[in-house]
Amino acid sequence: MKSLDDLKKIRDASQSKVTMRGKNDGTRILVGMATCGISAGARPVMNVFVEEIAKRDLNTVTVTPVGCIGECAIEPIVEVLQGENRTTYCRVDEEVAKRIFNEHVIGGKIVNDYVIGKYRL
Amino acid sequence: MNELSLHILDICQNSIKANSTLIEIIITEDTYHNLFEIIIKDNGCGMSDKTLSEVADPFFTTRTTRKIGLGVSLFKMAAEMCNGTFKVDSIVNKGTVISVIFEHNHIDRAPLGDIGETLMILILNEREVDVYYEHIFNNEKYIFDTREIKKVLDDIPFTDYSVIMWIKDNIKNGIKNLQKEVT
Repeated sequence: MKSLDDLKKIRDASQSKVTMRGKNDGTRILVGMATCGISAGARPVMNVFVEEIAKRDLNTVTVTPVGCIGECAIEPIVEVLQGENRTTYCRVDEEVAKRIFNEHVIGGKIVNDYVIGKYRL
Repeated sequence: MNELSLHILDICQNSIKANSTLIEIIITEDTYHNLFEIIIKDNGCGMSDKTLSEVADPFFTTRTTRKIGLGVSLFKMAAEMCNGTFKVDSIVNKGTVISVIFEHNHIDRAPLGDIGETLMILILNEREVDVYYEHIFNNEKYIFDTREIKKVLDDIPFTDYSVIMWIKDNIKNGIKNLQKEVT
């Protein structure tokens, strides 16, 4: 079992890292996490993003649970915000989440198959 | 929803929207008396008596994007399907308590599921909130408290992803040990 000592090690490792996690720089991933999103499977999708970020030790990408935007029928909805660009994906499952992370967040290329909207803020 | 931890996540999102700073989740599994109890307590803005009487109505919601609010009603339905009970108490500006009881061995009682993922998402919420989680299995007890973790972390943000992964593993193993020691 992971103990508090492990946590202290993580703390010491993080203190040596220079972290820059402002609200508007880097990439923000928003996952719809209201009743509709949760029941459509948003929680494992969010988990994929957290694990990928932790695995690659990225400090410019954040993932945040958000509410419902009213398109409950096409949940789970994921939004990727990079600078002024906002891309909205729908019907995301764990596999699609991995694709979005690898192809869009890392690779910079939008996964067109699952996009519902692409516009500037 | 096929896991009780998904219901808990859903209900706790309400607590966060109610500006809570502390959410307490207490799960009691008592196999001797065949009970599975979930208590969710927050210190948010609470609800008036009128809201309280409407809260389990699927056609009541405070959100504006749709006219339907299913979270609380689904949880209530899940409990009643298992010969259980569902109760909400709330005081305006003090907070809300939801207590739900299931029959432990009822065939329709969903498993608890991945509570670690649920707590992780609560912690990652934009609005910072402390989470206290207590899980009792007969005589064994597991406790997770973000306030304790904060003491260790000093100034490292909670949302550091290596910290989040540690938290998730800690909870997962804690509950696994709980159930192992009993069987």
